[in-house]
Amino acid sequence: MRLAGLYACAAVAAALPILFPDNYFVTVVGISAGIRVILAVGLNLLMGYAGQISLGHAAFFGMGAYASAILTTRHAWPALLAMAAGLAVVGASAWLLARPILRLRGHYLAMATLGFGIIVHVVMVQATRWTGGPDGLAGIPPLNLLGWSVDTDLRWYGVVMAATLLAVWLSLNLADSQVGRALRAVHGSEFAARMLGIDTGRAKTRIFVVSALFAAFAGSLFAHQQGFVSPDSFNLIVSVELVTMVVLGGMASTFGAACGAIALTLLHEGLVVFEDYEMLIHGALLMAVMIFLPQGLFVGLSQATRRLWRAARRGG
Amino acid sequence: MLDQLLQFLVTGITVGSTYALVGLGFALIYNASDVVNFAQGEFVMLGAMTAIALLAAGLPLPLAAGVATLLTVLVGLLLERFAIEPALGAPVVTTIIITIGAAIFLRGVAMLLWGKDFHSLPAFSGTTPIQLGGATLLPQSLWVLGLTVLLVTLVRAFLNRTLLGKALLACSFNRAAAQLVGINVRVMLRLAYGLSAGLGALAGILIAPITFSSYEAGVMLGLKGFSAAIVGGIGNPMGAVVGGLLLGVLESLGAGLLSSGYKDAIAFVFVLMVLFFEPTGLFGHKVAERV
Amino acid sequence: MSAIAASSPSPAPLLAVEALEQSFGGVMALAGVSFQVPAGLIYAVIGPNGAGKTTLFNALCGFYAPSSGSIRFDGHELRGLPTHAIAALGISRTFQNLQLFFNMTVLENVMVGCHLRAKTGLLAAALRLPQVRREERRLREWARETLALCELADRAEQPAGTLPYGLMKRIEIARALAARPRLLLLDEPAAGLNDTETLALRELIARIRATGVTVLLVEHHMPLVMSVSDRLLVLDYGSVLAEGTPADIQADPRVVAAYLGGAVHYAV
Repeated sequence: MRLAGLYACAAVAAALPILFPDNYFVTVVGISAGIRVILAVGLNLLMGYAGQISLGHAAFFGMGAYASAILTTRHAWPALLAMAAGLAVVGASAWLLARPILRLRGHYLAMATLGFGIIVHVVMVQATRWTGGPDGLAGIPPLNLLGWSVDTDLRWYGVVMAATLLAVWLSLNLADSQVGRALRAVHGSEFAARMLGIDTGRAKTRIFVVSALFAAFAGSLFAHQQGFVSPDSFNLIVSVELVTMVVLGGMASTFGAACGAIALTLLHEGLVVFEDYEMLIHGALLMAVMIFLPQGLFVGLSQATRRLWRAARRGG
Repeated sequence: MLDQLLQFLVTGITVGSTYALVGLGFALIYNASDVVNFAQGEFVMLGAMTAIALLAAGLPLPLAAGVATLLTVLVGLLLERFAIEPALGAPVVTTIIITIGAAIFLRGVAMLLWGKDFHSLPAFSGTTPIQLGGATLLPQSLWVLGLTVLLVTLVRAFLNRTLLGKALLACSFNRAAAQLVGINVRVMLRLAYGLSAGLGALAGILIAPITFSSYEAGVMLGLKGFSAAIVGGIGNPMGAVVGGLLLGVLESLGAGLLSSGYKDAIAFVFVLMVLFFEPTGLFGHKVAERV
Repeated sequence: MSAIAASSPSPAPLLAVEALEQSFGGVMALAGVSFQVPAGLIYAVIGPNGAGKTTLFNALCGFYAPSSGSIRFDGHELRGLPTHAIAALGISRTFQNLQLFFNMTVLENVMVGCHLRAKTGLLAAALRLPQVRREERRLREWARETLALCELADRAEQPAGTLPYGLMKRIEIARALAARPRLLLLDEPAAGLNDTETLALRELIARIRATGVTVLLVEHHMPLVMSVSDRLLVLDYGSVLAEGTPADIQADPRVVAAYLGGAVHYAV
């Protein structure tokens, strides 16, 4: 029962390519949505549960992607080993960064994470010798899982969906444990949390690292799946989009974050039709949702539905 | 070498003046509403782009600049009325997303109106460089410096000397108390948004002859302005001005002495270092002492 | 009840505060406060507003760093320890201004209170290993026991933020108790409660003491303080004005002059 939502998602993910074979929307958009769900679910652990904003999460996404790209193309490492190395590097950087940065609160934290994101992006553009500069790195080999090469859209769809479901499962488990409650306690009142024996600094540091690892994992998948990385995929706008996904879906809800990620992916696909109007509509929608549904689409709508349902039952 | 340093200093102070004006706008809005307005950079862009368009339409430069500033103030007021007021009291993250949404929206509008090309505004009084020791100074830099000093002085006098200005500062300390003593918080909000939109627009018009402008020009300027406000201690208007100048000079020195490509990274490393050692900015605690 | 406890030979004190000073930019909030709390008692700290009662609590909990003096709890020096380490030694508290986790249910609030007894690691929790499932069940059980002790069992699944004020204060007590403290600090638990709720609170405090928990109580409600406490400490302007049994305190002319004369304001 606890995982009913997860099983439903798995069933839908499995059914889609069967119902719509060789469909661009299922495979290509599905992969892109899946990667974003991993990112959003990871960021939600930090933002939604622990209440710490990060406007620089694209940096960890990018570091994961570039680690895979550089190690496989320049040093001919096997893909899985490169991914593991990327996770290690990102985990260590996040851990080093966490203590000083998470002492900050509110807008100061927003500024610091934003600055971190921009610094990493500038390095991606400028450190041409390693990163290929603004042109990026091409020729990244696909993932290879024990001899099974992930080289078709359908295979990628399968791998990304499995990874996405894994991320959602991990997030649900964390949220529904003493670790998750301790994080929500930090969000609710740091004073009280400390008084109950929670080392708040340690709790925030650890979830920051976990959140960064989710992003790096998504980044590595992204690099191998695209075969190409460039700094544009990891700039400030991407960081902002990640925060938007979490807030759009509804904070402190794993499925909310996932819905936010899917909604934003579909929005991008849909707005492509409008070309020049895309930015304008995107901005207007962001404002509208935040003003009229401040709890987010998923959480706000599900609460509204519950209220309606109760009203209907009372009425009937 | 010394001449070079002087040159970097002059460039840094010029650019820093823009950051200072944008940062001042951040501080004013934060004082009135506890909201960090991420669309602040878009005011800068709108001011510059509107002035350029009006000039192209045949208006003389002073008139074009004036009308562009007023139009940007109007945009600021509309933003306040339709995006900020409905979400008063919402959590920090919500207001951040709303103002980011507004920024994207304004950028989208600018792209539709003026395309993706870079545009420039002619310098106010020619481009013959002035020799200053071993450094050269564009006449436009003098305009930037002079008007920044004037604007900052005016805002300072407004905040410290007029009843309305004092009321604006009072809002930031205690909104409920401000309301109790009869300060209309909504009026203060509009005042803050109008004022910072105007400051942003003027900053944009002043710097446009030096740096060019495009629909995207506001992004970095807005972030640097935010950095200025944070470095100075958010909500401290004069702290933001100092923060902006510091940031401009450091950035210019870093670009000149280390690497121009890493200019933005240097600026933000500086911001991070300040925050790591002074988690509420350089002049942050002074805010409390002002009471 | 209080007479028996007070007359029994006093064992080594659970808490010994020695010459504690706390200054804020030149203002002495605590000017050399010393007192001892024997184990098993209900010990109240009273004094007019601004006397330094909450400051004392915050210093005990490590929220403030005292300027000088010592705080010894069961042989451990608390000064310099971070709050979570002080909690781990067996001190828990409630807050004058509610610090409930409004984003959780009553049961979850109290389960957070059990944190010190939880051993779940991050990785184990993420993978939901069998021991995590067992621990979840245990935490739930413990939390429910504590809720029952505080007569909150029927509220377990309600969001904490939706309950009346009196109940929220009671949840804070339950949450603090769930940490199984040896010393429980209650900061104005009766403030904002009506008469019935105050009576129930008195019973609850007595029940808590009966489980072997020492209680340190800051309270303005004099009838409650005088009836429930074994000993009292009177603070005034950051210094100790008097210390003793309720009877001693009520007979102390200095206390009557400085403070209890105004107690009529607090009487129900």
